[in-house]
Formats: sequence, C-alpha cells, structure tokens
Amino acid sequence: MRPGILVHTMAGAPAGPTPGLALDGGGSDGRAPTTAVGGGVEAGSGGGRHPAPLLDSTAMRVLLMRTCLSDAIAPKVWKATRRALERAGVEVRVPRGQTCCGQPAWNSGHPGQARAVARHTIKVFAGTEEVVVPSGSCSAMVVHSYPDLFRGEPDEADARDLAARTVEFTQFLARHDLDPRAKPCGAVTVHDSCHMLRALGDGTSARAALDRVPGLEVREMANTDQCCGFGGTFALNYPELSARLGDQKAHDAVNSGAPEVVACDLGCLMHIAGRAHRTGTALRARHIAEVLGS
Amino acid sequence: MSSRRRRAPGGVTYDDVTGTLRERTLTALRDPGLAANLRSAGTAWAEQREVMDRDYGFNEMRDRARDIRRANIRALPALLTQLQHRVRENGGTVVRAADAAEACRYIVGLARARGVGMVAKSKSMATEEIKLNDALEDAGLEVVETDLGEWILQLAHEHPTHIIAPAIHLNKEEVAALFRAESNGDVPDDREGLVAHARMRLREKFAQAEMGISGVNLAVAATGTVCIVENEGNIRLVTSQPRIHVAVMGMERVVADWDEAAHILQVLPMAAIGYDAANYVNLISGPRREGEADGPEEFHLVIVDGGRGALRGSEFEEALSCIRCGACLYSCPMWRNVGGQTYGSPYSGPIGAVITPLLEGPSSPGSRDLPFMSSVCGACGDACPVGIPLQDLLVKARARSRSPATTKAGWAFRLWSLLWRRGLTYRLTIVGWRLGLRIRGRGGWVHRLPGPGRAWTSVRDLPSRWPPRR
Repeated sequence: MRPGILVHTMAGAPAGPTPGLALDGGGSDGRAPTTAVGGGVEAGSGGGRHPAPLLDSTAMRVLLMRTCLSDAIAPKVWKATRRALERAGVEVRVPRGQTCCGQPAWNSGHPGQARAVARHTIKVFAGTEEVVVPSGSCSAMVVHSYPDLFRGEPDEADARDLAARTVEFTQFLARHDLDPRAKPCGAVTVHDSCHMLRALGDGTSARAALDRVPGLEVREMANTDQCCGFGGTFALNYPELSARLGDQKAHDAVNSGAPEVVACDLGCLMHIAGRAHRTGTALRARHIAEVLGS
Repeated sequence: MSSRRRRAPGGVTYDDVTGTLRERTLTALRDPGLAANLRSAGTAWAEQREVMDRDYGFNEMRDRARDIRRANIRALPALLTQLQHRVRENGGTVVRAADAAEACRYIVGLARARGVGMVAKSKSMATEEIKLNDALEDAGLEVVETDLGEWILQLAHEHPTHIIAPAIHLNKEEVAALFRAESNGDVPDDREGLVAHARMRLREKFAQAEMGISGVNLAVAATGTVCIVENEGNIRLVTSQPRIHVAVMGMERVVADWDEAAHILQVLPMAAIGYDAANYVNLISGPRREGEADGPEEFHLVIVDGGRGALRGSEFEEALSCIRCGACLYSCPMWRNVGGQTYGSPYSGPIGAVITPLLEGPSSPGSRDLPFMSSVCGACGDACPVGIPLQDLLVKARARSRSPATTKAGWAFRLWSLLWRRGLTYRLTIVGWRLGLRIRGRGGWVHRLPGPGRAWTSVRDLPSRWPPRR
C-alpha cells in the first residue's frame, strides 16, 4: 500500500468478534496505511462483488460522518454509504472519535449542551475535504444551524467552514455526478424527510440517485412532503400525535404500491417502520444508502 | 371543547382551557370528525396555494413582502408616530395601550360614556387576544359577533380554531344544529340556506348596534388609513352602520405607504385562502366628514403593545412581520390533526406556538409547552408569505421556555453532552446501548424500553436489527 491511499473494503461485513454489537467506531486516519481499527476498516478483507478501484492521488477524498443514529441503530447504513462512495470512485476517510452533530440537544432547546458536542464534531472533521453525511437531518444541522449555534463564539469561523464543506450523501452524488453502480432493485417509494426537503431544499437528489439503479422503479406516494411525525424528541414528548402522523405516512407509503419505503434519514425510517410494525402494517424500510450501496 | 371566555388576568391564553397540552392533544386525536374536517380544509387550501404559485409567482411576491415587513418592524416607532398624527388629522382618536387591560378599559369606558347598549363586532384576533368580549360583557353590554364563523362560535360557546377560518373544525350539520337551537325554529340544511339564515339574523343586530368594533389587517402610516380585508361584507356594516367605530390593532400591523400596502394586501388573500383577491377591502381614514352620506360619527384606533415592543431587537423580531394570514396553520401537520382549540390560545399553529409564550412570558403554564408540540418539519416556514423562519423560531422558543420539556430534560442533556463530547465515552454509551438492544430484542424488535425510552415504545416498536424485519 502506498501512503495516502486508503484501503477499501467492498464487502462491508460486520467486523469484530460480536457482529453487530461492537461499535465500528474506528476508521482510517487517511495518512498511513491502516489495519483494522476497532473494526472500522477491514484492510484487504476482499470478497467484494466489485473490484476496488485503485485510487491515485487525484481521486476525490471525503470525510464520512457516520451519524449517531446509524451507530446506535443501524451501522449498516454508514457502511453502505462508504461502500457506495468507494464504488463511485471516492476515497473515504471515517474520522475516528466522531460522535454526534448535536442536533438532539439543539432541537430540544439546549443550545449550550449542543454546542459542546458540536465543537467536538468541528474538531474531528477539521480539514479541507467535503464531509458526506448519510442524513438530511444531521446535514441540515451542520449546514443550516451551526452558523446560528456558533454566532459570536470564538470558533464561529470553524463552524462556518464545516457548514460549507458538509453535504448530504445523495446531494454529494448529484453534485459530482457519481454513480455507485448499485445492484438491481425493484419498486420503492420515497419519503422526503423534512430536513432534506425543506431545510436543505432538496427534493431531487435522492430520486436522481435512485434513477440510476437498474430495474428500480420509484412509485411516488401521496403527501410525500408531509412530515412522518418523527421530529426527534417530539416523538417522545407527544408520542400519540407522532404516531398519528406515522400512521398517515405508512398508509400513504403502502398505497403507493411499493413494498418498501426508502429515505435519506434513518430517524424517519425507524419511526415509520416501528409504528408500522406495532400496527401490523406490512411495509419494509431501508435507508437509501443501503439501496445504493447494495 | 370548552365553555367560552372567562378572563385570565394578563394572559393571552384562555383560562377556561383544561388539562395539559398533551391531554388536549389526546382528546383531539380521539375525535374522528375533527381530523376529517381539518384535513379537507388543509387540502383545499394547499391546492389553491399551488394555483397561486403557478399563476402569480407567489414565491417572488413573498420575498418582497418579507423585505417590506422587516423594514416596517425596524422603523416601527417612527411609523406609529406618523400613523397617530395622520389619524388625528383625519378626525379620529388614537389610543396607545401598553397591555390588554389598558385597551379594554378604554373601550369599555368609551361605550359607557356614549351610552352604548349593543356592540357589533367583526372578526379580530387582536380583540380575541385582549379578551375584549369578556370586558364588554362584564360591563353589561351585549356583544354580537357578525362574522359568520365567529357567530357560530359564539352560539357554540367555543374558541376559534383558525386565524382566518375560526369555525373550520365544524361541518354544516353541526352548524345547522347550532342555528336551530338559537332561533328555536326551522333552519335549512344546505349551505346557502344556512348562510341566508345567518344573514337575516345578523342584519337585525346591525340595525340596533351603537358601536362597531373591528380589527385591522394593515394600517398605512402615510395617510392614516386602516385596511380591513373580508369576504362576507359584515365588516363594511360594522365599520359604517353604528355611530362609533373602534378599530383594534396590534402595534406591528403598520406599513409605511400605499406602495407597500398594495403589495401586502395582494399577498394576504393569496396566502390565507389561495385566491388573488378578497371580496372586500375596506379602507377607512377616520370618521364621516361633512357632506359624506355614511360612516360613523366617531373613529377610535386602539394600538396594543401587549408584549410586542419587547420583541424588537430580539432573536424573535421576525415574528412581528406576521400578517395573520393563517397559512402556517393550514400547512402544519400538527394543526391539521388536532386543530387550533387544542393550543388553548387565540393564536394557534406554528405562529401561535412561537408568539403566545413570547407575549405571556417563558414560565406561563398556559403556553410554555406550545413550542414543543411540533416536529419542526418546516412546512410553516415554507408557507409563510412574509418569510418568517418559523421552524427556527420554534427551536429558539424551546430554549427560552421554562416548560418541563426543557427543565426536566435539562439534566439528561447535560449528561448526554458530557458523554458525547468525547469519542471514548460516546463509544461506551453506544456499545452499551447496542448490547441493551440485543438483550431486549425479540425477533428483531424491542417492544418495551425503560426510562425515557418508554415514550418511544408506548406507541411504536424499535428495530433491534436493521433493516427492520417485517
């Protein structure tokens, strides 16, 4: 391995002795050849379906923000994101020590606590590379709310710098016209998460990425722009109202005729799927990265 | 939902509202008719709004409306002084009221001094805010609401559910039942028949009223003119038929000149009802002058601060741009499911959840929870015709609130912040959490979580494997 070249994993198999349990928190620091660090980078694990492109020094390099929800609920999502990006020819570094963008506290009215966590995130993602996030919500937090959160703070410039470099995963694909060459897939319906659609103003990137998946048909649901009712701590403060909105979303998704709903945000999906499961509604849910990184 | 209007001293919210906001939410969710009525209203509004976007480039119009209103708020003291001078030059009286009590005291005093027995009112959120009807009724005056929706609510002893469409939560069968009870007689079932019935009953009242009280959509500082927009024609009667006309406005409802007024008056009905014009635009510059055939003998303009002045220069200043169109209510998935009455305040929906606690103070039990009943989905900010970033203001209103949702969660977020500002402690919590998921998971799902997670599993399962099993 040459310095500056990241070791890729194509298989994305869970690493470590207890699959799915250990936090795949490590990752390459990108400066030196890496071996497995906390299971984060599986050097030379091989067995990939696609051969790893050998990247040269001109390859696009990005930092991947895993998101806390992916760590806590679905590590497959950030791994699929990395896989999709790498297959599209992007060099991905997963900075070690990353935690959370701070949105839970910010949204709940605790900007001071949010700032302490966000400050850590700013340090972890220092650099010049774009920061790719498989979440419209976390991305909106950094892009849209960090400038607000750090207004008048000594590290305001750093916060603005990170905000300018941060981009949601499908937006990144659209921006650079990248194709992750996903496996064929059947019909899905798309849920526009609120932060993707309104905070980032993007209702097209996810569909553009899905358009490139062979055999995939997007069946649009009614009221696709309506909130699913997740809303972070809102889901805990007003569970019944949150559930009502989740029911409406699941209903619209099922009526689209597609067996599966995909979205750019794991929060929405775990709420929609969790409510659908509780009510006995037959609906599968998958993060868009899992489709594109399949 | 509640019997109407007992006075809460100093508060904007209604004090006859019972239960917590969460409990009221549950009550509303159990009412199947309510959600259906609200949804059809919200859908009809959204369809018309799309027509406006397509035919008029509503989004560009909104940018200009935002700029106008922001400039108005920045120049507010000067505009109000100018307005005051012009209205006086036109022969009207201007009263600046610091709060609801002052405003009510003036209007009640005026009614007493002039020997008024009956007051005809048109729809006004400002009078709803200052609880003027209570004050007038306590003083022994008869008050008749002449807006169809408001009259229906007066008969039903209910509070409005929407800024523009106060009785939109009721369907025509419910309205017919109320009319029958009021008139002790035969009332037709169809829409036209019901409207004709209301018109007949209300006309009788107009002839008797000695004082007409209206709200104000906009006041034009340059000429001292108040603009009141309506579809029914009752405002024209309220402001011209009785001897005395009292107009009540929040202090922020002023624009500089007619160029600005023309634009806002165009944007208002587009945003509010999705039509390019309202049926009537009333422009009133003082009382009847010599040689004029009609109009009131006296015109009084009551300008209420009520906590608004303190918002200038604060992070909530943009909320003062509001032109009370109600678009954010229609767009809001919360409002569409629980309706305005659940909020317990004249101002419901996203704008109500922002401004009610601002006007009442962060500790007010009636309003401190309001900013939390939102998923912060941002549909409101998109719908707003003057570009108020309502979703951002909701988040800021949460930080300012002394609601248990802020104070009780405070310790949890302090702990969270300590653990998640370092990679190592973050990893420990995640490993612990995932271990917990494994232990509690059954067939890929967790059905019951302890502690704060209980609220999650009270209505939904949590996937312990991903992608979730069906």
